[in-house]
Amino acid sequence: MSSIRKTFADLAERGEKGLITFLTAGDPDLKTTLKLIETVANSGADIIEVGIPFSDPLADGSIIQAASNRALASGTTISGIFEVVGEARRNISVPIALMTYYNPVFQYGLEDFCCDARDSGVNGIIVPDLPYEENRSLRDYAEEYGLDFIPMVAPTSKPERVAAICSSGSGFVYCVSVTGVTGMREHINTDLNALSSLIRQHTSLPLAIGFGISGPEAAAFVAPFCDAVIVGSALVSLIADHKYEEVEKLTSAIKRVLKA
Amino acid sequence: MERAFKLAMPDERGYFDRFGGKFVPETLMAALEELEGAYAEAKNDTGFRRELEWYLNFYVGRPSPLYYASRLTEKLGGARIFLKREDLNHTGSHKINNTMGQALLAKRMGKSRLIAETGAGQHGVATATVAALFGFECVIYMGEEDISRQRLNVIRMELLGADVVPVCSGSRTLKDAMNEAIRDWVTNVDTTYYLLGSVGGPHPYPMIVRDFQAVIGKETKHQINKITGKLPDVIIACVGGGSNAMGIFYPFLEDSKVELVGVEAAGEGLDSDKHSATLNCGRPGVLHGSFSYVIQDAEGQIGDVHSVAPGLDYPGVGPEHAYLKESGRVTYTSATDSEALEAFEVLSITEGILPALESAHAVAEAVRRAPTMPREKIIVVNLSGRGDKDVETIARLKGGRI
Repeated sequence: MSSIRKTFADLAERGEKGLITFLTAGDPDLKTTLKLIETVANSGADIIEVGIPFSDPLADGSIIQAASNRALASGTTISGIFEVVGEARRNISVPIALMTYYNPVFQYGLEDFCCDARDSGVNGIIVPDLPYEENRSLRDYAEEYGLDFIPMVAPTSKPERVAAICSSGSGFVYCVSVTGVTGMREHINTDLNALSSLIRQHTSLPLAIGFGISGPEAAAFVAPFCDAVIVGSALVSLIADHKYEEVEKLTSAIKRVLKA
Repeated sequence: MERAFKLAMPDERGYFDRFGGKFVPETLMAALEELEGAYAEAKNDTGFRRELEWYLNFYVGRPSPLYYASRLTEKLGGARIFLKREDLNHTGSHKINNTMGQALLAKRMGKSRLIAETGAGQHGVATATVAALFGFECVIYMGEEDISRQRLNVIRMELLGADVVPVCSGSRTLKDAMNEAIRDWVTNVDTTYYLLGSVGGPHPYPMIVRDFQAVIGKETKHQINKITGKLPDVIIACVGGGSNAMGIFYPFLEDSKVELVGVEAAGEGLDSDKHSATLNCGRPGVLHGSFSYVIQDAEGQIGDVHSVAPGLDYPGVGPEHAYLKESGRVTYTSATDSEALEAFEVLSITEGILPALESAHAVAEAVRRAPTMPREKIIVVNLSGRGDKDVETIARLKGGRI
């Protein structure tokens, strides 16, 4: 069982919902990213998503766009990110998934990327601009190197696609809560019950919901429909303001409602 | 690397050999499928084809003339030069061939809102125009840098009732406008039709835009045959994303004796880092939904590009061009900012035609080639747009001499 699946199995046994936190690697610099990975791991994150910054992040809203720009301006590279993950691995055991657009992976080399990711202690990868029709090569390498290839489902995904998408991945299903880009929202208008049942009909993979979840209240609202919630922009906006203690507070506050 | 050249592209996955595909967030996949289905139906519907043809004839003003540029030919002293006058279309460029086709498609699909990206503003104006004509709500994304250098087109779009949204991320040019348009589409995909302006983006856009622009090449083939009784020897077109080039090349791909030449923007020189010659200097990668050539750094971050012509100022290129380059069927050269400006002047003075700065890159290639070719040879230049939009920029570059 992969360490991501093991995490979900343990959560289920404890009767808890999981918390997946996102941060952009290298924002404001990789040294801080290393500290933040430890911060969120120690304050309740069950899985950590580490974003590889990209110059043209077209699935992201303004908060993560700005974070990517700061990270690139500080000279962040993929090999630098692998080093930081490797460092973090010495002190923390929670699974780490890399979130990256496809072009940086393609330029690094698909097999090299998967190999170096595994060697540094990465457990899974998420590629938002690689729909299942295009993901065959990367998925095969991910499998070869023992990485979960996490599939994404959107509110617009047709039922017949959902089955194909889920069977093309492993680890958990990343369900996008809203039709739109990443970012905090006041309301989530999607029928999450219907979306979640549709996905569960087609897969036994754990289900995580992300996009637009801004704090404990939103997390509590989404939790009944999934096994884990994903929080990104809310934390990234605190990092933007260098409010690192607030990162710790928000992470533990959200985890608290997910345990209840 | 040369590969055997094949027609009948793309395949059912949207690939031109190894280029193309659909690299977009899952949220958009249903919309692309819907578009593919709607286009396949429309293409085979004589009613749709007739309606499009009617608008092209009576609204756009097609066919556009194929004009023998005798004074330019005399001046260069070599091959005869013909200009395909896309600059004479309504709105002043080839862009309306595509916006007309896609607007009729959007209408058929029941969409109420058109969005588009624009660089030079020509595609934005052509989109705003069809939006007004058919009663769509219209939002145009345009980089702040381009807004300042193509002010005239911004005013035109606003007069046509479009909402022009300035994009201040990244390089504040076409690439960033396209990012924002895609983000809008992801958010409003139910009601919104993304009217992509070039032969880039995810499948089926490169095919749809090519098909709607192919009217340029079809007319050219008929016209040159009527005037000279033969096919041209060389066809030259500028390439940014590559829609005007794809449009004039496509019907000639099967005529292997016709040399096809795409001209990229060399900006301040290919050895400077200020150019946007993607096929000459980039390498394969993914940008804006398709696998093609991309200007990028070693880490796969998209590069900053430059051209005096905003419509060419783009770090990507349509995937079919990438295929045509690798198959060897089309040659891709480049012209610098100053060569384009010289060509602009030559054409203005000899023929009384102010070309768009984009199209001036194609003229520059003709200026280079014509003197090396005998008089019985024929060059066709796709004059994709008119230069009215560029007069301020040119006046500034000439140091206020105008």
